[in-house]
Amino acid sequence: MSLLSFCEWLAATPPSIALHESHYMFLIVLTVHVLTLCVFVGTAVMIDLRLLGLTMLHVPASEVVRRLVPWAGGGFLVMVISGLLLFYAAPVDRYENLFFRAKMAMLVLAGVNAWVFHKKVYRSIAEWDLDPVPPPGARLAGGLALALWAGLILAGRMIPYQLYWFG
Amino acid sequence: MLEFFEWLQYSSLLVAMRGSPWLFPIIASMHLLGLALLGGAVLVVDLRLLGLGLSRQPVARLARDAERWLLASLAVMLPTGTLLFMCFATKYYYLTAFWVKVISLLAVLAFTFSVRRRVIMADERNMSAIGSKLVALASLSLWTAVALAGRLIGFP
Repeated sequence: MSLLSFCEWLAATPPSIALHESHYMFLIVLTVHVLTLCVFVGTAVMIDLRLLGLTMLHVPASEVVRRLVPWAGGGFLVMVISGLLLFYAAPVDRYENLFFRAKMAMLVLAGVNAWVFHKKVYRSIAEWDLDPVPPPGARLAGGLALALWAGLILAGRMIPYQLYWFG
Repeated sequence: MLEFFEWLQYSSLLVAMRGSPWLFPIIASMHLLGLALLGGAVLVVDLRLLGLGLSRQPVARLARDAERWLLASLAVMLPTGTLLFMCFATKYYYLTAFWVKVISLLAVLAFTFSVRRRVIMADERNMSAIGSKLVALASLSLWTAVALAGRLIGFP
């Protein structure tokens, strides 16, 4: 089964139609998705700024990561659940939407970036925990993450403009 | 007031902005980027006041760090927000959500730079546990009201 026919099958399931045609439910899910941005991207941005050496330099980097990642993770969970519902409300539209595809690609890149940071840079965090300038690897991970969050937000906001641009 | 809003909305700059298929969503995206930064700068301090997040750090130091980013986020959000408002000023004139947002925004800004600032920059020993928690809860609820009303403005 191709991805498109899977999306078509998904779009024909009754809950998807109900969500698509509901007035308030869709808007509530969208509101949760947009406002959780403050928690998820907000805490992630503070971690990334710390990795760049731009804030909270008196707090060990490991402490910033350890203490804020649970908040970013919790926010991310809400983002994913509400985001999946938004996808489920219009699977074929989303599948065909170029901004949506770009957003998903950037999400994968952000995941890879976080994984590489965890596997490589985070291992040696004790050695540079309070350095005034974090090592290049940490700054690269923080900078890439910031750029990807910005790209994700931009692409997400552009999703309704598909027809304007590519219609 | 309505006449002023009309003048804003039909100024040549704003007519051009509405006619462009990309300017509005790009400015709206920048507004959202500012929102993320604002969320981070507010949360780090308010969570700390609630004994969460970076709870082992002195409040005043975190507050000084966060204030720079709070100001930076406002420097993004206020101009982009004003532009978004100007695009549809006369429509917003009739929207309750818009006025709720304006009033709660003024309230939270006044609160943040008076009471909250005095509390978080103060010496920790003079800080009452309940008082600082109340400040954090007031700040978080006011910002949530601003954000919710903001989201409601965009509803069909």
